[in-house]
Amino acid sequence: MAPKIHLGVALDGAGRHPAAWREPNSRPAELFSPRYWTDLAVTAQRGLLDFLTVDDSLAVPGDRHAPADGALDRVRARIDAQLIAARLAPVTRHIGLVPTVTTTHTEPFHVSTSIATLDHTSRGRAGWQVRVSGTAEEAAHFGRRPLRELTTAELAEVRTTGTFPGFVHDRFDEAADAVEVVRRLWDSWEDDAEIRDVATRRFIDRAKLHRIDFEGRYFSVRGPSITPRPPQGQPVVTALAHAPLIYEFAARSADLVFITPTGEGSLAAILGQVAEAAAQVGRVGERLRVYADLEVFLDTAAATGPQRLARLDDAAGVEYFSDALVFAGSADELADLLIDWSGQGIDGFRLRPGVAIDDLTAIADDLVPILQHRGVFRTAYPDGSLRALLGLPTTVPNRYATA
Amino acid sequence: MSTPRKQVILGAYLGGVNHHTAWWHPDAGSQIDFGSFEHTARTAERGRFDFFFLAEGLALRERAGEIFDQDIIGRPDTFTVLASLAAVTENLGLAGTINATFNEPYELARRFASLDHLSGGRAAWNVVTSFDAFTGGNFRRGGFLDPAHRYVRAEETLNAVRALWDSWEADDLVADKESGRFLARPEAGAFAFHGAQFDISGRFTVPRSPQGRPVILQAGVSPQGRDFAAANADAIFSPYGGLPEAAEFYRDIKARAVAAGRAAEDIKILPSASFVLGDTEAEALEKYHTVRNEQVTGQTALILLEQIWNRDLSGYDPEGPVPDIDPDPDAAPIIQGRAFLHQDRFATVRRLREVAEAKKLTLREVVIDQFERGPLVGTPARVAEQIDTFVQDNGSDGFILGSHLVPWGLDEFVDKVVPLLQDRGILRAEYTGSTLRDNLGLRNAYSRADQAEVSSGLA
Ligand SMILES: Cc1cc2nc3c(=O)[nH]c(=O)nc-3n(C[C@H](O)[C@H](O)[C@H](O)COP(=O)(O)O)c2cc1C
Repeated sequence: MAPKIHLGVALDGAGRHPAAWREPNSRPAELFSPRYWTDLAVTAQRGLLDFLTVDDSLAVPGDRHAPADGALDRVRARIDAQLIAARLAPVTRHIGLVPTVTTTHTEPFHVSTSIATLDHTSRGRAGWQVRVSGTAEEAAHFGRRPLRELTTAELAEVRTTGTFPGFVHDRFDEAADAVEVVRRLWDSWEDDAEIRDVATRRFIDRAKLHRIDFEGRYFSVRGPSITPRPPQGQPVVTALAHAPLIYEFAARSADLVFITPTGEGSLAAILGQVAEAAAQVGRVGERLRVYADLEVFLDTAAATGPQRLARLDDAAGVEYFSDALVFAGSADELADLLIDWSGQGIDGFRLRPGVAIDDLTAIADDLVPILQHRGVFRTAYPDGSLRALLGLPTTVPNRYATA
Repeated sequence: MSTPRKQVILGAYLGGVNHHTAWWHPDAGSQIDFGSFEHTARTAERGRFDFFFLAEGLALRERAGEIFDQDIIGRPDTFTVLASLAAVTENLGLAGTINATFNEPYELARRFASLDHLSGGRAAWNVVTSFDAFTGGNFRRGGFLDPAHRYVRAEETLNAVRALWDSWEADDLVADKESGRFLARPEAGAFAFHGAQFDISGRFTVPRSPQGRPVILQAGVSPQGRDFAAANADAIFSPYGGLPEAAEFYRDIKARAVAAGRAAEDIKILPSASFVLGDTEAEALEKYHTVRNEQVTGQTALILLEQIWNRDLSGYDPEGPVPDIDPDPDAAPIIQGRAFLHQDRFATVRRLREVAEAKKLTLREVVIDQFERGPLVGTPARVAEQIDTFVQDNGSDGFILGSHLVPWGLDEFVDKVVPLLQDRGILRAEYTGSTLRDNLGLRNAYSRADQAEVSSGLA
């Protein structure tokens, strides 16, 4: 039986649970050191996972839609995800590296060269999780323009109807423009632009470099890039989405969308909305890949998943809440769920370890062998790029190529 | 003599976009592949260099609206390369040239502090201030700064970045599992900076990095640039590798630093330098002339002069005399996207004519002669001596070395010259410090405000 399940992992500090850093195996003082991240990446690669994502934002980490607080018992700090990924590139060989980089304030030119360069330093394993910075807090870090946030009433409205006020649409239109600029810059060099023609002393064939001349509502960018086309041509673009507006953004801009079903029932509904969004924006060509995000608290030698979750909740002083389904149980049970859901029209999963070290170790050393045993997961990495690993076309036409 | 000999600071520089790299050489490798950066950095570390250095350009250079096609073109993102190099080196500093005009303080502070964490305290920022609308065309805000304004923005950017770095105390990170205390105080990372350029506030996400404040370098030679560096930089990347300009620059910068309330040794002067080695003096010299002759083709010579003249000189014969017309400073720039270092075009033109006349040089020969930043040429022993003498005589505090052969060129220097520098007792045999700041022999970076507090006994 051919391997079927695609599996990635979401890394976020000490883990998704707010008390994760207090677990015996956690290394909270090292969250900002390279060794910690290297160890996680090596574990994820030992598990033959497709990719790891590194979460990030330009605000102090905290709960979604919750104001910054003065909590002393939470990991209210993080370092730059794209640089973590860059630091991991030379010490990994196969696993895809997908940092989160926000678009709202960061220049698309910088995003384009930094992800392209990650693709160069990782030899074709770079991806990008696009994030929109919607908070006034992040806007104040830049001081260039005020950004309005959703009011409590608007947020309630979003939660019931799934529709956003106009200014949120604008943010996503802007993000779509940013992704478009990044993608055009990746194509602004044709693959064979560097010719090193000694006879004519020309290093490049300038006819194979292209201005992108992007003009949009929010900004314009001339191009070409300063960085040659990345090895994958187009590194893998991903987005996390919870609502039709964002599914549309993903359908317009991304290769892969992370969705957050809370159970099998919502899975079908979300898949329907994603398909609708793709139709709505008239997506053509490659179909949008859909990955379900799952929070996982797995059984370990020391305690069961539910016991661990209960202990963590106890330490945090609140019951854990997540946008995605929270799974607490054995690796066998999780394997059942993955196999079951993967028959429902999704392309893969991104597991979010409740406690980074413990749950990632359980994923690599318990879950993956079970999936392999059941014949639904690879037993070795094939050679090739992240695109190849994900089953995306590895020959990516360049929109500017003339010949 | 009882004065201890100055230690030589060495940086290694992988030539990016330029005409200095002999890309046509059969042994020349990729300018983009990570392997080239890795090899150069590992070699520099093997030679106990202080740091690896990357320049920056944010737009492909153009001449009369067409992209240059003779020089090397294409460079990777600086931060990404440096973070990846942090994985394959242990002690080498990682210095990135990053523009203060096309980046915002929050991101600059965040990326450099993150790099400092990920490298265990080896990050350095070379602050540059290119400003033109040509480069601005690649960025959201477009247009961009009036030349007179760029150091105003740079200074405020740096102050804002420091405010962000300083928003975390070293002991704010408690991370104590037992007590459940992650932060020492709720305000860790809280900042507010209000200036003419930036009005920003909030929370900085990155805890204090190993160096607290990554090392600051500056490259720029105008009076404003010098004052900015003298007040703010730990080191200057200078274009003056030849006497007497170098000694003059050295004196000037140290004097400006003292005038700004710092000690002369708080700022290091590091000219860029190329090197060519040979078994004999004659062999080295011949090799050097061959390389220079190949680097400066007729077209390259004309382009370099067009930048000064700001006129189309394509009708001139590279093997003929220096153009007899005047520069045209007021015309739209013919060369775009290249750092311009000639404050007074007319003076530069006068000097080129004088040199050509005195030495009987053609246009191309005068470019070869004049557009070189202090080359180190000779046998390894002679080059080691040149370096030693130049530094002891206060021409500089060290060099930032680039080879014309990417990526293997530095190997020869490390194999042959480094042991001689070590024998002379002016280059470490092993790394001693754990951070770049330690290795550079810099005192801990206090802001001037901190120093004032220290001297008034408040701290
Ligand atoms: C040795 C040296 C190296 C420089 N390297 C860069 C560089 O890599 N990228 C860049 O944008 N500008 C570079 N510059 C230009 C400076 O950023 C600055 O914009 C320019 O020199 C104008 O400033 P000034 O008037 O103070 O000289 C360099 C300048 C010098 C002197």
